[in-house]
Amino acid sequence: MDATRGSEPTPMKNRTTVERKSDRELVVTRTVNGPARMVFEAWTRPELFKQWWVPKSMGMFLRSCEMDVRVGGRYRLVFGHDASNPDEFFGRYLEVTPHSRLVWTNDEAGDGGPITTVSFEEQGGKTLVIIHELYPSKEALDAVGTGAADAMGETFEQLDELLGTLGASVGRP
Amino acid sequence: MVQYTRADFDASFAALSDATRRGVLEQLGRADASITDLAEQFHMTLTGMKKHVGVLEQAGLVTTEKVGRVRTCKLGLRRLEEEAAWIDRYRQCWDARFDELEKVVEELKRKEKIDGRNKRK
Repeated sequence: MDATRGSEPTPMKNRTTVERKSDRELVVTRTVNGPARMVFEAWTRPELFKQWWVPKSMGMFLRSCEMDVRVGGRYRLVFGHDASNPDEFFGRYLEVTPHSRLVWTNDEAGDGGPITTVSFEEQGGKTLVIIHELYPSKEALDAVGTGAADAMGETFEQLDELLGTLGASVGRP
Repeated sequence: MVQYTRADFDASFAALSDATRRGVLEQLGRADASITDLAEQFHMTLTGMKKHVGVLEQAGLVTTEKVGRVRTCKLGLRRLEEEAAWIDRYRQCWDARFDELEKVVEELKRKEKIDGRNKRK
């Protein structure tokens, strides 16, 4: 009963999934049409990273992006239109395995930040990207959601503000 | 916990498979109640009701809060919806981000093709 059999495959948008795997873990997956070495490049070269990390719909402006992609190397992203009121995200790379794995810390929130592991699995010219965030406690992960949920409770006139909040919670690299 | 994994769905279905627990949800839909109230209403022992409420709580359908010596139960759905909404917004952010990433990768592919062609010349 496969109606599409024999016909050209329809170009379909790849699906992004987000799942809270446990009290402390959040997992994002997405298949990207391209080999792992290119996807990895887009995650590790600042000039490429800047082009996609902050889509316009996020309502944020990436002022600067420094990445020293090697074990122990640091990164720093600065957001915000206003130089006097910058929003910074920074941390350290714990693991850098070309084309397959990146692990980094998120230190801007002190001890509350998660450890982010991104793996790249190539299959047939496409790459499955899995982003795994491990928070130090259930409370730390809950706080990310509560912050967003509280904002949702406010009126829709404050939608801009909400987008800022949500953007901030996903602003880390 | 957000009801997104299979295990979570299973927990919800298991919780809803019992008539008493469905009754408790219905009751809590009208008003919050203490475990003692619920036990009386459903002609059960306190221990029996505690077990039912525990199952509902595990499934994220009910939340309880202890004030003094009284444990009050309320529907957990609102919080569930809020969490689901948060997860969905988070997903949308990542989705937009990945759409942009695909463009960057497309551009890299295009460049490599051109470079390859030039090399062969």
